[in-house]
Amino acid sequence: MSAPPFVDVKGLSRVFDVSKPWLNRVIEGEERKLLRAVTDVSFSIGKRETVALVGESGSGKSTVAKMVVGLLQPSAGSVTIDGVDMWSIADAEKRQALRRRIQMIFQDPYASLNPRWRVGAIIADPIRAFGLAKDRAEIDHQVGELLRLVGLDPADGAKYPHEFSGGQRQRICIARALSSNPEFLVADEPTSALDVSVQAQILNLMRDLQERLGLTYLFISHNLAVVRHMATRIGVMYLGRVVEIAPTAELFAAPRHPYARMLLDAVPDLAMSGRARKMVEGEIPNPIAPPPGCAFNPRCPAVMDRCRREVPVAEALPSMPAHAVACHAVAEGRI
Amino acid sequence: MPDAPVLSVRNLRVEFPTRRGTLVAVDDVSFDIAPGEVLGIVGESGAGKSLTGAAIIGLLEPPGRIAGGEVLLRGQRIDNLPRELMRPIRGKRIGMVFQDPLTSLNPLYRVGEQIIETIRTHLPLSESAARARAIELLTEVGIQGADQRIDSYPHEFSGGMRQRVVLALALCAEPELIIADEPTTALDVSIQAQIIQLLQRLCRDRGTAVMLITHDMGVIAETAHRVAVMYAGRVAEIGPVREVVKSAHHPYTRGLMGAIPSLEGTGDRLTQIPGSMPRLSAIPKGCAFNPRCPQVFDRCRIERPDPIHVDNSDVACWLAAPQAAEAQR
Repeated sequence: MSAPPFVDVKGLSRVFDVSKPWLNRVIEGEERKLLRAVTDVSFSIGKRETVALVGESGSGKSTVAKMVVGLLQPSAGSVTIDGVDMWSIADAEKRQALRRRIQMIFQDPYASLNPRWRVGAIIADPIRAFGLAKDRAEIDHQVGELLRLVGLDPADGAKYPHEFSGGQRQRICIARALSSNPEFLVADEPTSALDVSVQAQILNLMRDLQERLGLTYLFISHNLAVVRHMATRIGVMYLGRVVEIAPTAELFAAPRHPYARMLLDAVPDLAMSGRARKMVEGEIPNPIAPPPGCAFNPRCPAVMDRCRREVPVAEALPSMPAHAVACHAVAEGRI
Repeated sequence: MPDAPVLSVRNLRVEFPTRRGTLVAVDDVSFDIAPGEVLGIVGESGAGKSLTGAAIIGLLEPPGRIAGGEVLLRGQRIDNLPRELMRPIRGKRIGMVFQDPLTSLNPLYRVGEQIIETIRTHLPLSESAARARAIELLTEVGIQGADQRIDSYPHEFSGGMRQRVVLALALCAEPELIIADEPTTALDVSIQAQIIQLLQRLCRDRGTAVMLITHDMGVIAETAHRVAVMYAGRVAEIGPVREVVKSAHHPYTRGLMGAIPSLEGTGDRLTQIPGSMPRLSAIPKGCAFNPRCPQVFDRCRIERPDPIHVDNSDVACWLAAPQAAEAQR
């Protein structure tokens, strides 16, 4: 048995209470409404690996990211990073030590930088918060180094965020994330707000930094092509569950879950190869009242009775131990 | 002899007068769209693609104004029409689909009321005939149980369904031209594929010309017949979609294509174009792309290239010039 993975997520679930206030419920005779954003999600990330979660809006991928980074308490399940269970450490000092090692990059570089702070102060904030530098001069030196690391000029630290373009702001966000010297970065749609040529710059930068600093990434995106470019393994999410998780090459060569197949077929074909594609049917159901059994069953071409009754459990494929699929039809060998 | 174009744009120029001087947002843009043709307009943010669309339908926000050029709909000039003559054209002869389906629909009216109102504004139909037609249209864009759904409010539809309603709204007066500005950008991929197919089918069946504005090269490759690539207010390259996607002539187009991660790709580093699109107040002299261009030479910094015909494309790049001369010889 090898060493435990660097990041280990087990049975992670999150339920949001979206019911009306108590009095309204009593008067209108309504029941509590619960939104199961994430249900029983498990995966692990090895050191220096990039695992991506991909899915459409409402699939729960950002909720998983928030729980993994420690911004949102899970309803059930655990997140273990380097042997430390994030949500059950009582020791404040230990928690602080763990927090320094995890950082997050957000989607919107316009909303995630304080417009009234200078860039230098934004990047220095984590250094100060974790007490990583002795004095002012050392902080300034580190900020300059970080700016250079992400391809900006150390003199840019004196400017305000509005003086930068979207791509440059995302570089600032990355510099801020790196300033506490983390080992694990969670990036939630880091390039969705950017133009393609700028997106390419940021993706290349993230890969270079991973190589140079030995970072581990959890990468959240709705863009399959971006995910393919970045990740070593990919989990496909649908309505709060991971329906298929596999090494990138395997998933793209032979997706097994009907939803993963459909998602791959839906991506516009830039190569203009004229490959045959199956038309996508229907839409994601309401997460407050998901269909019983497999959540994908109303849209699934291979649906049968069992899918409407029983929730499928992710099982590794017999021939490919790293490739797990949660589908009755696949488990029974029908597709 | 091909059909006469539905839309001709000739040397269009859009300006924004400001206190610090005039900003030129669209500069010397020309293209035609034939009946039944889908012309893709692609570019990054700030390229001027949406403003080109807004200028054509006469919906430029002041102080923006058309400062030069012509817009011709079936040979008739529409860019200098007074407001009251432009209104019946908008909606009747030119349909519009915008990015966000929620802001294109009035949340306080049932979708049926909005469609019926539009139909009756443009066509001489009675209330009940217009309602029957609205149900027909909603069925055609793929809304199931249209006879009941017609009385729903916009918030009762999902994003994809709302965009279908907006499409029905754009189609309801049988327009000759549809201007679709980022129609699928707010939608998930699986829904995007449905809407693209729908748009394609409707235009094929009706022979409607489409101007499809988007930043997504994949959507263009899938939908458009021809594509115009815009950069800093100008058309860098315009040509048949296969030629532009597969063997682009302009260095910007090539850079753009290389920057897109692909599903078949090798996973190598992406081609990256250094820098970003210039601000309108600081468009470089000569070719606007020259500071970012990997193949820049002296002439690019001084002289602005006009479109040069290469193969089946028109390319605004000095690199294309010797090729063009050779072809003529």
